[in-house]
Amino acid sequence: MKPLETIEVLQTTFFSQRMPAPIRLRELIRTIRTARTQAEEREMIQKECAAIRSSFREEDNTYRCRNVAKLLYMHMLGYPAHFGQLECLKLIASQKFTDKRIGYLGAMLLLDERQDVHLLMTNCIKNDLNHSTQYVQGLALCTLGCMGSSEMCRDLAGEVEKLLKTSNSYLRKKAALCAVHVIRKVPELMEMFLPATKNLLNEKNHGVLHTSVVLLTEMCERSPDMLAHFRKLVPQLVRILKNLIMSGYSPEHDVSGISDPFLQVRILRLLRILGRNDDDSSEAMNDILAQVATNTETSKNVGNAILYETVLTIMDIKSESGLRVLAINILGRFLLNNDKNIRYVALTSLLKTVQTDHNAVQRHRSTIVDCLKDLDVSIKRRAMELSFALVNGNNVRGMMKELLYFLDSCEPEFKADCASGIFLAAEKYAPSKRWHIDTIMRVLTTAGSYVRDDAVPNLIQLITNSVEMHAYTVQRLYKAILGDYSQQPLVQVASWCIGEYGDLLVSGQCEEEEPIQVTEDEVLDILESILISNMSASVTRGYALTAIMKLSTRFTCTVNRIKKVVSIYGSSIDVELQQRAVEYNALFKKYDHMRPALLERMPVMEKVTTNGPAEIVQTNGETETSVLETKPPPSGLQPANQANDLLDLLGESDITPVIPTAPTIKPASAGGELLDLLGDLNLTGSPVSAPAPQIAQPPFLLDGLTSQPLFNDIAAGIPSITAYNKNGLKIDFTFERSNTNPSVTVITIQASNSTELDMTDFVFQAAVPKTFQLQLLSPSSSVIPAFNSGTITQVIKVLNPQKSCTWSLVLKASMPRSPFGFAGKEHWYRKLDGKEEENGLSPGQFVAAVMGTVYVVPLVMLVFCPLEQLGFVVCLW
Amino acid sequence: MSVLLPIWFFSERDLFETQRLRLMLFFFPLLSIQQMQFMLLFSRQGKLRLQKWYVPLSDKEKKKITRELVQTVLARKPKMCSFLEWRDLKIVYKRYASLYFCCAIEDQDNELITLEIIHRYVELLDKYFGSVCELDIIFNFEKAYFILDEFLLGGEVQETSKKNVLKAIEQADLLQEEAETPRSVLEEIGLT
Repeated sequence: MKPLETIEVLQTTFFSQRMPAPIRLRELIRTIRTARTQAEEREMIQKECAAIRSSFREEDNTYRCRNVAKLLYMHMLGYPAHFGQLECLKLIASQKFTDKRIGYLGAMLLLDERQDVHLLMTNCIKNDLNHSTQYVQGLALCTLGCMGSSEMCRDLAGEVEKLLKTSNSYLRKKAALCAVHVIRKVPELMEMFLPATKNLLNEKNHGVLHTSVVLLTEMCERSPDMLAHFRKLVPQLVRILKNLIMSGYSPEHDVSGISDPFLQVRILRLLRILGRNDDDSSEAMNDILAQVATNTETSKNVGNAILYETVLTIMDIKSESGLRVLAINILGRFLLNNDKNIRYVALTSLLKTVQTDHNAVQRHRSTIVDCLKDLDVSIKRRAMELSFALVNGNNVRGMMKELLYFLDSCEPEFKADCASGIFLAAEKYAPSKRWHIDTIMRVLTTAGSYVRDDAVPNLIQLITNSVEMHAYTVQRLYKAILGDYSQQPLVQVASWCIGEYGDLLVSGQCEEEEPIQVTEDEVLDILESILISNMSASVTRGYALTAIMKLSTRFTCTVNRIKKVVSIYGSSIDVELQQRAVEYNALFKKYDHMRPALLERMPVMEKVTTNGPAEIVQTNGETETSVLETKPPPSGLQPANQANDLLDLLGESDITPVIPTAPTIKPASAGGELLDLLGDLNLTGSPVSAPAPQIAQPPFLLDGLTSQPLFNDIAAGIPSITAYNKNGLKIDFTFERSNTNPSVTVITIQASNSTELDMTDFVFQAAVPKTFQLQLLSPSSSVIPAFNSGTITQVIKVLNPQKSCTWSLVLKASMPRSPFGFAGKEHWYRKLDGKEEENGLSPGQFVAAVMGTVYVVPLVMLVFCPLEQLGFVVCLW
Repeated sequence: MSVLLPIWFFSERDLFETQRLRLMLFFFPLLSIQQMQFMLLFSRQGKLRLQKWYVPLSDKEKKKITRELVQTVLARKPKMCSFLEWRDLKIVYKRYASLYFCCAIEDQDNELITLEIIHRYVELLDKYFGSVCELDIIFNFEKAYFILDEFLLGGEVQETSKKNVLKAIEQADLLQEEAETPRSVLEEIGLT
């Protein structure tokens, strides 16, 4: 017994070592499914993978197919399977059908045109395309049509074309779709298939017919010549479609009572492309479209799918007006359908047609508005967009009511879009100023935290400009923020208005509404509690403090209280707030005689429309202290889109745009802060740039001018500035007006280097808003020699078609192996160690932003400032 | 002449927008003209059961898209419509028992007919396996792929007749068995 057993054991081990029969695919799947944890599963798979790898290494042909199949399963579970790629190729080359089938499947799953390995398949596919068995040919066609790269398509297009001409419909349909793929990959091969398309539509087999239509569609969409060529097929397509809808029941292609909907939809789509912009073709298909639109059974999804495609075709071609109304009415019917999917497509397609057939869509307005209450977010979104498209002067009140209600109840994801939609529509169609102000205020109260940053300045501007509404507005706003400071934008607008029109509020002379009785102290209480509230953002506090300051000239008996508040915040830990308070304190102490003039009511702001109604450049309102006296045109608050442009440039580089997180920097009021800071600098007498005093200026503005040159005439040019001077790098800007075209500014930059090392790879980049044109001439060199022994010069030309508007410029310079900047500092030290070369550090870069306003008004102020360690900002006023 | 002026006028929202833009550019290959970009089958537990990509994407991108879509689709309530806009694509999905069938199509494609395509595929599976269930697709995933490849090619429908698709599959299966039979017997006796 014993020896026998030993022999058996030996045999088993012998066999398992030489030929380890791998477990079957289903066995493996079963085992893996028993795994209770992720770790257990991973362990099993790793073990199996190891077995498969060793089997691959042994070039085991018997089990290769099984192993690859198992690998595909593991691949689906998310495990790496790339080591099976070459095995797939071996399987494809095998003579056995099973091997080929799995091999091609594996190739489609594991390979794609990104790996060069796939090219090794080309020859195998070529052989298989000429194989005697149609199923092998089919596999090859399928693989080529699924993953063929352009190289592969070029090599095999001839074979595909040959198969497209065979009589075998099984191969012909696959070849047609393969041809589609070839054309997508290599459009210039299209003509090759033109002869083969001749008889395609005479085919009886629906598979071939369907794929032929797909092929024709592809060719027509790709080339106008093909489109013109195939227009003659319209009658034939119409006939096929007619046969489909008229023929009786055919079990093979029937889908719930409709004959081959897939083919119908495809033909309708091809008709759409052929009829687009062509009167004759459109004319030829009018009848059949009407027939499809009226005869299609709509109780099931298939019928609606065909109707939907028909509607799209009718809307796209030059169809008769009656047909278009029919189409819109079909969509209107869709809106009432119980099926959500159908309601959704109805809204989507109405949205597409609302521009061309506005009145027809308008008729379904109430149904559309009802869809705002749908439970499905996709439908809601569509309905919202469509509702906004339908707002006009006649229905604005009613529609806005619905939309405001929607804004109130909708999910947070909709609020931002909905709010900006309401702003736009209100701006366009407001029946009265009061309604407009009410609407915006309503949005701020319900969705205040979701509105875009420009909503606050826009509303403030609107309020300032409607002079007769001031008392009413300030009263409404006062009531709106009583006890609720959660909606920051609302609180900001309210603070601004209370500061500006506090006297109207206290005097209680509101005509539109019953006036409320408020005392000066109550108003100050509110503003102070905004300052204290921990819900207030730093920007909001700034608004409140300025409002309190303004009230010092509007209120009579509370000036001492105001002085006290202002002096308290002179030691605030919030730098921004402290700065404001210090400024205001100075105003109380040193320049008290100026105070009433400085804090005078804001003038009505001019509206500067740049691109659209939404982009209004205007003062922030927080900025008036020093500048407004002398500067009537709107100051340079950067519109959001310009900031985006600038960001784009930064985004393209390999540095991450660093946003300083200092609490004082709030993009919402960047312009305002900028001016505030100017004001501050003037007041405190720090080294400051020069505002040109052509117009009588408050004396304190001149405090900082001592050593500065005055720039009296902007027409003479903008004086040159030193844009950067740090860590040995010095960049000077020289400005010049072009003689031939005064709207062209020529900026010459000169960079020099005072360190003992050369700066290499110096690149200077600039970006301007889209309305400008920028020309960067090539620099004199990319290396700045050390010890100031030479300079680089580069010329930038900026064309500003609208002369007196804000312009901004971002300049970027990158210098690997240069000792400065944010990343550069560390760099510099390493350089001293001599390790820099091996480390291969990322290029040190610095970002320079130049932003400025050039006015034709002879008021110039040049400010240049280092921006933390990142770069600098230059402002031209 | 120089004045400290710490201005940085990019809000976080702007930054987010740019990132989204960059993401979209990243997925640029998805924007080619093609009817169906990919098809995914996954279970209610979020396990992938079948994936067919008609656009070339790296494994990493595929995984990312799959993860994102599975999450989004599973989070939707049953009463919601079968379509959702995702990046620049439209996602059409439908649930059959425990399985979700999910297709990505292009903007101008017909969502309703895509639902029919999904339904046709389910019918084909059902006919082939005989009242198909998720387990059939798990254990015979390769067959599910074969059926899909006989029905769709390069993201387009290649055969509108159910009968023809099934006939082709059956005959290919037969061909496979013919080649297989002698070795299977051998396997059964000796090696397995």
